[in-house]
Amino acid sequence: MLDLKQDYFALFGLPTGFAIDMDRLEQAYLDIQGRVHPDRFAHLSDADKRLSMQWATHANEAFRTLKSPLTRGQYLLELQGVDPAFETNTAMSSDFLMEQMEWREALGEAREAADEEVLEDLSRRIRHANRTLIEQLGEELDQKRDLRAAADTVRRLKFLEKLQHEINDALTALES
Amino acid sequence: MALLQISEPGMSTAPHQHRLAVGIDLGTTNSLVATVRNGVALCLQDDDGKVLLPSVVHYLADGQIVVGRKAQSAQAVDPRNTIVSVKRFMGRGLRDVSHVETMPYDFVDAEGMVRLRTVQGVKSPVQVSAEILKDLRVRAERSLGGELTGAVITVPAYFDDAQRQATKDAARLAGLNVLRLLNEPTAAAIAYGLENASEGTYAVYDLGGGTFDISILRLSRGVFEVVATNGDASLGGDDFDHRLFCWILDNAGISLPSDRDARRLLMKAREVKERLSLDESVSIRMTLERGDEVDLAIDRSVFVEITRPLVAKTLKPVKKALRDAGLEPGDVKGVVMVGGATRMPHVQQAVGEFFGQTPLTNLDPDTVVAIGAAIQANVLAGNRAAEDEWLLLDVIPLSLGIETMGGLVEKIIPRNATIPTARAQDFTTFKDGQTAMAFHVVQGERELVSACRSLARFELRGIPPLVAGAARIRVTFQVDADGLLSVSARELTTGVEARVEVKPSYGLADHEIADMLKAGFENAREDMELRGLREQQVEAERVVEATMKALDADGDLLNTNERAELDAAIASLRATADGQDSRAIKIQLEAFNRASNEFASRRMDKSIRQALAGQRIDDLRI
Repeated sequence: MLDLKQDYFALFGLPTGFAIDMDRLEQAYLDIQGRVHPDRFAHLSDADKRLSMQWATHANEAFRTLKSPLTRGQYLLELQGVDPAFETNTAMSSDFLMEQMEWREALGEAREAADEEVLEDLSRRIRHANRTLIEQLGEELDQKRDLRAAADTVRRLKFLEKLQHEINDALTALES
Repeated sequence: MALLQISEPGMSTAPHQHRLAVGIDLGTTNSLVATVRNGVALCLQDDDGKVLLPSVVHYLADGQIVVGRKAQSAQAVDPRNTIVSVKRFMGRGLRDVSHVETMPYDFVDAEGMVRLRTVQGVKSPVQVSAEILKDLRVRAERSLGGELTGAVITVPAYFDDAQRQATKDAARLAGLNVLRLLNEPTAAAIAYGLENASEGTYAVYDLGGGTFDISILRLSRGVFEVVATNGDASLGGDDFDHRLFCWILDNAGISLPSDRDARRLLMKAREVKERLSLDESVSIRMTLERGDEVDLAIDRSVFVEITRPLVAKTLKPVKKALRDAGLEPGDVKGVVMVGGATRMPHVQQAVGEFFGQTPLTNLDPDTVVAIGAAIQANVLAGNRAAEDEWLLLDVIPLSLGIETMGGLVEKIIPRNATIPTARAQDFTTFKDGQTAMAFHVVQGERELVSACRSLARFELRGIPPLVAGAARIRVTFQVDADGLLSVSARELTTGVEARVEVKPSYGLADHEIADMLKAGFENAREDMELRGLREQQVEAERVVEATMKALDADGDLLNTNERAELDAAIASLRATADGQDSRAIKIQLEAFNRASNEFASRRMDKSIRQALAGQRIDDLRI
């Protein structure tokens, strides 16, 4: 029997790994959601409705996790018993930390100055750094199988994601 | 839908019983009910041949309740007891409502939701809305000639949990079985997308009487996917009326009109606004109660000028939605205009300029939401074959979170998460020996709790006394397909569970609804009992029919013994349902649900495996 605890890759019939066929993922997700979604069960019994909600919730969570490289990488680490522990482990290379500090400073200044252009530029630079790190994460997980390094990269990506959120919030604040 | 071969003697052989299902657009200004008849979606008319029901409820001293046009004409005479735009109060406290100072009501600021004191006593917005829904239910039942199986009720996409729950409560109070709460722009997208066989990224700009929504959707064959939604739950055509009303007061030199005059002037303002969509200039003449004369003329350009900030205000949520979707205005293939307020030329122009294209106005902005809701209701009631159905993926509009130390919010489910969804977060104790923990559930985008909507507070007790930080308390948020939240908390080492349905703190408690339902049927006790019995019987019929259908398709999933047990369960449910004891039917239904659980799991399993295998087995029906 399939159950809600099986791993997300198996749920979508995909090989476990960081490199992923996005089209296949999306198609498998839609195929499954098309069968388990609560709209298909609205006229059926409570038992059916309850099951449907559990499965649809599970499929949404699985799809969300695998779709984004960061959560996918994090999930792969968890499957292999590695907890990237974002909050506690802060052992990161000094050049990355330096870069972080520079970005934070730039964000603070741009926010003060309400400078949209600088914020947009910062956003672009972060997206670029993000892409580079995602490539690196793929190598660490799929080729080198270096879980320690991968956990470190995941932590860096998490940093960037947070920064990106803050930039978006600052841009939104400028508009209102 | 395939014909069913039901071989058991004496059992119903009606394979394709059309279930009566409707879509209801419960609007700020007008409400509508629509259904699908012979494959065509249409709005149902009242006795006068009108489809729009003004969302106005008049409470009379003699106990009568009048809804719609007649109530509308009473508003200038008896403003205090004539409730208009009640949707603005749904799930809202008094301080959340704008322009209260110009409203003629006697407000009672109750915990969570504001109430109104009328000649018939204090009314909650839920009760007022229920009167509107009841009127539409009666219209539908008369027109369709039978009891309704269920209804899809639309809500603004940007409605928060409190407003959604209030709407669902109102429907329950009106005696409607809610198949789904559907977001208004999504309903419009269904109607538009199916009508035009659209594919690609579309925006739905929905400016109603009191609410504004923007939804960005991806439409592809068989899938409607909401990518992002945003809005303003207290911005709509009413605000344009109000600007015009203020302009009239200023220019006519009137400072404090009476309640009745204020109501008449507001009605006048609305009329002038509507005429300005067609004419370049409109004159405003009116004699007030104290003999003051209003004699003005307004050009469209002046109206455009005084309402420009309101139009600009709608574009902020549009930008936010696009950013959340990761899109630029140019990525949008078409912009569907919904809501009566989008008839204003300067609204269309501003939207057109922003997206760099002429917005789509070929569907009636007043009826498109009800039509979409009716189409979806027809699907949810099970009137369509599975292969004709489409998949609708909607999102939650506002982030949900928990208050943490220092009055900050820890977000658990982010906005625009596809529903249904569930997320868990672990918390820990901060004092040695702490045995209880309080939780405060909030909704909103701000970091400070005070700037978010408070949904519920609850406490988890019985945590084993450990050193600070040793206990692990997992809080789980579950949002269902209606966008409604339930929260549970559990201590992981001992399994102590506290579950809260995030509802009683602001809406109506269950017992309050039960009391209101009772009060509604006070003079017709038997009616209520009969209705209760009938509801249970219909439910039993529905469950038996669905199970028979499932057995027909997937009977091979059960062995002989299991099949015999389920057949026996069906037989005893049928026997009980033939009787007159609604409580017994209810108990039997619960027992039946337990008995069919395993079968349901196996069918789900089979269905998912087939999806994985990429097969399309056409005779599979779930």
